[in-house]
Amino acid sequence: MNLAVEDIRHNVGRFALTATGIGLLLMLVLGMGGIYGGLVHEATLLIDRLDADLWVVQHATRGPFAEISRVPATLAPRLEAVPGVAAARRFVFHTVQRERAGRPWRFSVMGLDWPGDRGQSLPLVAGRPLAQARFEFIADRALGLPLGEKVRLGKDTYTVVGLTRGMTSSSGDPMTFFTLRDAQAVQFDLPGEALRLERAARQARAAGVDLGRQQPALLERAGLPSAALPVLGPPTVSAVLVTLAPGADPATLARTIAAWPDVSVYTRAEQRALLLLGNVDRARRQLGLFRAILVFVSAIIMALIIYTLTLDKAHDIAMLKLIGARNRVIVGLILQQALVLGAVGYGIAWMLGHWIFPVFPRLVLVTGPDRLLLAGIVLFISVAASGLGIWKALRIQPNIVLS
Amino acid sequence: MNSAVPPAPEPELAARVDDLVKIYGSGNTEVIAVRNASFTVARGEVVALLGPSGSGKSTLLTAVGLINPATSGRIFIAGRPVMDGPRALVDLRTFRRQHLGFVFQKANLIPFLSARQNVQVALEINDVAPRDARVRAEELLVYLGLGDRLENLPYMLSGGQQQRVAIARALANRPGLVLADEPTAALDGRLGRQVMDLFRRVAHEQRAGIIVVTHDHRSLEVFDRVFEMEDGLLRAHTDPARAA
Repeated sequence: MNLAVEDIRHNVGRFALTATGIGLLLMLVLGMGGIYGGLVHEATLLIDRLDADLWVVQHATRGPFAEISRVPATLAPRLEAVPGVAAARRFVFHTVQRERAGRPWRFSVMGLDWPGDRGQSLPLVAGRPLAQARFEFIADRALGLPLGEKVRLGKDTYTVVGLTRGMTSSSGDPMTFFTLRDAQAVQFDLPGEALRLERAARQARAAGVDLGRQQPALLERAGLPSAALPVLGPPTVSAVLVTLAPGADPATLARTIAAWPDVSVYTRAEQRALLLLGNVDRARRQLGLFRAILVFVSAIIMALIIYTLTLDKAHDIAMLKLIGARNRVIVGLILQQALVLGAVGYGIAWMLGHWIFPVFPRLVLVTGPDRLLLAGIVLFISVAASGLGIWKALRIQPNIVLS
Repeated sequence: MNSAVPPAPEPELAARVDDLVKIYGSGNTEVIAVRNASFTVARGEVVALLGPSGSGKSTLLTAVGLINPATSGRIFIAGRPVMDGPRALVDLRTFRRQHLGFVFQKANLIPFLSARQNVQVALEINDVAPRDARVRAEELLVYLGLGDRLENLPYMLSGGQQQRVAIARALANRPGLVLADEPTAALDGRLGRQVMDLFRRVAHEQRAGIIVVTHDHRSLEVFDRVFEMEDGLLRAHTDPARAA
């Protein structure tokens, strides 16, 4: 006869409520791990998806995910000329926040290096990759845009032609994918008045110098759009992504390119590490600390529950001792109940998490190792928590039956 | 085992108590609860322990039951020396499990176990296989007239029925000595009489010595001998009718 099971059967309602409470606590512990997992996944998703061997960024910066990085668009053909480089893609990345239906509407924009990259490597769940150089884009489903939806950004209107799932930036914003030119148009869009003022200022500056005064044609050109002025050059990009030829050594090539004084170079692993140690690290430590506190609180609550359950049974334990029960019978009763409580609580945490976490606004990624870790924590908590109850039970004197 | 305490091979004796003294406190707060009590209880014998509240009956019973060690004196149970003063000569919990049965004023049944399980647990604690323990528990409860209440939880049983389950539990491991502390106090006269008759039947049929602490003078004729305690002193009455 298993005394622990018999006691639980007799008090099944109270046991279920207690286990549910513990389950909710454990779900929070699991959720904390899941939120951290989600952060890391989102932070590194883009880097993994882009599948670049080297990230070439503005000199002395840590790349577009850590800070502003600007490199000339002409860097791509320079890199393609380096032996061992198979391809170089220009990379534009920025975040946009607009208002839609009266609510903030935020997403990240990535420029695809048309025509080589049309988004064919993206995990499309509906629609198609980009088919024309302008005015189309691919959006993540989390943005809530249907296929064919037209969105006005700046002075142009763009149509949703493809949908991805689970593509978010390191800050958790849904991703959108435009051609590089469209992404830059969105990024550098200025209102007409600002353009007119800029041109007027340019003309005034030209008129203020001897060259402008002596060459009227130059003064006239100063008032033209930026794209028509060769001296201004094309807009910059955030980085250039390098794909190496088969057999090329990333470290060697990184050293070669890093010798150029205008750029810094990171391998994919370094770019990943920069993200994890920079953007995510503080959140990771915050979540880790909170998780540790939750585990501690759970252990204390479980210990108190087991202790209270033991106190409730003090008279029965005294009676068992009086009729000669060995300590292992008493210890078994308490330990088994703690383990059953922990196991049921874990099951409830798992089930609730399975239902609730997908509803969270950001990804909560609970992995197999996370579940195993929680199982280990629950086992530890159950055994540790029962220690207090066992200590109390072993101190109960059989003669309290007489009182 | 203490060499100063010679073995007492008295197989027909359920218990023998020699010169037992129990003192609580010390100095100004010292209370002598039991003064030099000596007695024997034979197997199959039912003995009553009478006396007013505070006379030391329960103290004497718990000392003999190896729950509350005496200050001095010797206790032999089933022919073996088990206590020499406060010093245990055997593993007390094991010895209680194998040789003693207890019944109290309250049945003290484990509330989450059925009547059968309450008896069965005492057997399983004593290493009886679960299947055999179940059979023995059912036999005992049928013997005590609870055959139709086997699976009832304690709260479903009347006071008398609960007390009979407690008696079944006390007898489960065929103890040589059963100690009962006012087992009929919570029962009405008719039920009290039934329980006392049951003790007598069990003592004779199962060859167990039974010591019953009681206030109930109405059923003294069921006892083979009656002891009376007053201010810690034990006095024997050979004739129960006289004690009444």
